[in-house]
Amino acid sequence: MLALVVAGVALTLVTGPSLTPPLDVLRVLAGQEVPGAGFAVLDLRLPRATLSILAGMSFGLGGAVFQTLLRNALASPDIIGISAGASAAAVLAIVVLGWSGAAVSLLAVAAGLLVALLIFGLAWRDGLAGARLILIGIGISAMLDSMIAYVLSRAPAWSLQDALRWLTGSVNGATLGQVWPLALALMLLGGVLLLRRANLEALRLGDDAAAALGVPIAREKLVTVMAAVGLIAVATAVAGPVSFVAFLSGPIARRIAGAGRSPLIAAALVGALLVLLGDYVGQHLLPARYPVGVVTGALGAPYLIYLIILSHRTGRPA
Amino acid sequence: MTRLAAEGLSAGYGQTPILRDLTLKVPTGAITAIVGANACGKSTLLRCMSRLLRPSAGRVVLDGRPVQGIPTRALARELGMLPQSPIAPDGITVADLVSHGRHPHQGPLSRWTAADDAAVATALEATRIVDLADRDVDQLSGGQRQRVWIAMALAQETDVLLLDEPTTFLDIAHQVEILDLLVDLNQSRGTTIVMVLHDLNLAARYADHLIAVRAGRVHAAGHPDTVLTEDTVRQVFGVACRILPDPTSGRPMMLPLGRHRTTADPSHRKDAP
Repeated sequence: MLALVVAGVALTLVTGPSLTPPLDVLRVLAGQEVPGAGFAVLDLRLPRATLSILAGMSFGLGGAVFQTLLRNALASPDIIGISAGASAAAVLAIVVLGWSGAAVSLLAVAAGLLVALLIFGLAWRDGLAGARLILIGIGISAMLDSMIAYVLSRAPAWSLQDALRWLTGSVNGATLGQVWPLALALMLLGGVLLLRRANLEALRLGDDAAAALGVPIAREKLVTVMAAVGLIAVATAVAGPVSFVAFLSGPIARRIAGAGRSPLIAAALVGALLVLLGDYVGQHLLPARYPVGVVTGALGAPYLIYLIILSHRTGRPA
Repeated sequence: MTRLAAEGLSAGYGQTPILRDLTLKVPTGAITAIVGANACGKSTLLRCMSRLLRPSAGRVVLDGRPVQGIPTRALARELGMLPQSPIAPDGITVADLVSHGRHPHQGPLSRWTAADDAAVATALEATRIVDLADRDVDQLSGGQRQRVWIAMALAQETDVLLLDEPTTFLDIAHQVEILDLLVDLNQSRGTTIVMVLHDLNLAARYADHLIAVRAGRVHAAGHPDTVLTEDTVRQVFGVACRILPDPTSGRPMMLPLGRHRTTADPSHRKDAP
């Protein structure tokens, strides 16, 4: 897995409008001056690759946590509106309020938490039912998406360049300055989640069984949901709601890690790989240049339809 | 001697009170069966004792300490609980599921040790599911699956084990098998066992101590010989019955009496005209 991610990074660094020889890339990374390659590698491709990896890891981790906690593959934050909430807040902050940088990230996190709270609140009736939460989340997600579209349609033409980022997610124009808040969030919140992965696995046995195994249910759920929402929101504030990465990473990781082991680390790597390769495909392999979200969206949508058909047939949530 | 006891316990869900000022003592090293009509509070009692439910009044005491004050993980090392319907994650193997029993013995950073392996192996042997270790839990029969869940609770290595209706939904052969397994456990390890059971006759035969619960209170408690009487059954379950000695164990055996077919009516004979 890790090797695949490294290979993906290498591929991204080497490929541009013209191919840079791998040796030149290494020399640039080592700090040497290489005419014609320095700017492309250090200022364009490296930040882009780093951002792809960090955002992908955040989406993958956050998504897998939600899916595990709610015992439903459909309960991914990008399906139930948490990404849309963070995205809507970021759009409002940038277009209407003219904010930038860390303030946007903070507002996106706050909005993500608020939407999570709203969905959980609306779905709560003597406990949390996965199906009700997912339906409410999809509804809220649709409302927020239309709000984003409205704000963007009123935005001045010069800021429409960024529009696609907030609709499907993109790592275009990544700078190292964007990378720091995300790296920090991933270290703090991702660390919190990884330390709790045994508890999360125990929670899959049901609340009662997990409590009997010594998991303080209420506190664990609160901490993990908050950390996952925080991760998703920060990543969304930086890269936009990269479609379906959170949704796809968990199930793929579960298949790789095996049913008995925690999928969190695998999910983070799968997420990184999805964004990295999705972006590569969008940039270099398609006839026109597409943002990464278009590519991951095309991958994720069929899987979503498959899951919905499956849960309809078997009569239980997938 | 008593390690686990409930003192003046009241509890319920929302506004509906289910347990009303209930007090009981669980004899240490014995098998206790809790019986009672539907919705009398049997499961609620077990949930309070294992701290899955917080009582509105009163307390549960383990070794002189109220369980509410014991950290969750520490409690899980002393008291195991098998809830009524735990969920087996899709595609999980028997060995992986049983390994979850080691959860309270592990910290967030600690590694899996030889002691963990030994506990899992012992649990698989005690429940006789060693051969199934690599199978998917989904593919097992109901009786096998119940043995897997009990194995998980055994891997927890607690001195006290609570089980909420461990034999429900099992056919009679598997019910007897599970109860035999619990007796084995009790005899070989001295584990204190408390279980909710529906079948009065099996409860009377397998338990050393019987607790009959009615309307959120303990109606009678003690040796099955003294608890399982015609009066108790009528008051607790609202059904008339005859009590006969079980010809194999000598414990009391209950035959319910309904409105029909309660006399040796000659018209029920095959040779009747």
